[in-house]
Amino acid sequence: MTVNELAQYKGFTAVAMPDGEREIKGVYIGDLLSWVMGRAKADDAWITIMSNINIVAVASLADTACIILAEGVSLDASVVETANAKGVNILTAEMPAYETATAIGALT
Amino acid sequence: MAEPLVFRFEVDGDNFTSAGQASVQVKKNLRELGVDPETIRRVSIAMYEGEINMVIHAKGGVAEVIVSDESVEIILRDSGPGIANIEQAMQEGFSTAPDNVRSLGFGAGMGLPNMKRYTDYMHIDSVVGEGTTITMKVNF
Repeated sequence: MTVNELAQYKGFTAVAMPDGEREIKGVYIGDLLSWVMGRAKADDAWITIMSNINIVAVASLADTACIILAEGVSLDASVVETANAKGVNILTAEMPAYETATAIGALT
Repeated sequence: MAEPLVFRFEVDGDNFTSAGQASVQVKKNLRELGVDPETIRRVSIAMYEGEINMVIHAKGGVAEVIVSDESVEIILRDSGPGIANIEQAMQEGFSTAPDNVRSLGFGAGMGLPNMKRYTDYMHIDSVVGEGTTITMKVNF
């Protein structure tokens, strides 16, 4: 499933989609950025509640397919702008992290 | 390529917002050189962790990246406080990062272990009160 396709589903909203045709191949949940860099795999959808600007660099360098902000966490406009500039996809989900992950699992 | 390519970056010491700029630039450069995605990912993560450490602990420093036929070498130099016990610092979960850094999601004690994890060679040279130099290599 591509990031664009995921964004069409109920409960998910696209916030920044500079590279929406990327394929999602797995899921990683985590808020500690070095854990994410150490453990997430390339092409994972990364579910987090962290919303500071550094998540964009982490997602870009760890080469995840997208960031999904769970629990309806909102983002500063500057983060969205940076994500678009760096080619990092960001979605929000109203659900908590677990439900978000299981929803993706059910779709793939 | 015959001659190794050398990239050099100043890492700004008190700016978490721009932290990672050097790593992102290196990622871009390696992509333009046609380096494979997994090698780029390993170099990028190792270098970003090093950059973040420089911002957290050392008020910045200098990063040098040398791309040769065999490997990508990353050399990170700072004039920070140095690492008193390298063995302890290399343990997953050991951290001396302050609370404000932890609230950003950093400082989990995974930086140095990640640098080791993603590189083929890593060496730490550190003198307390003088600074730290970390050399890492990712082989092609």
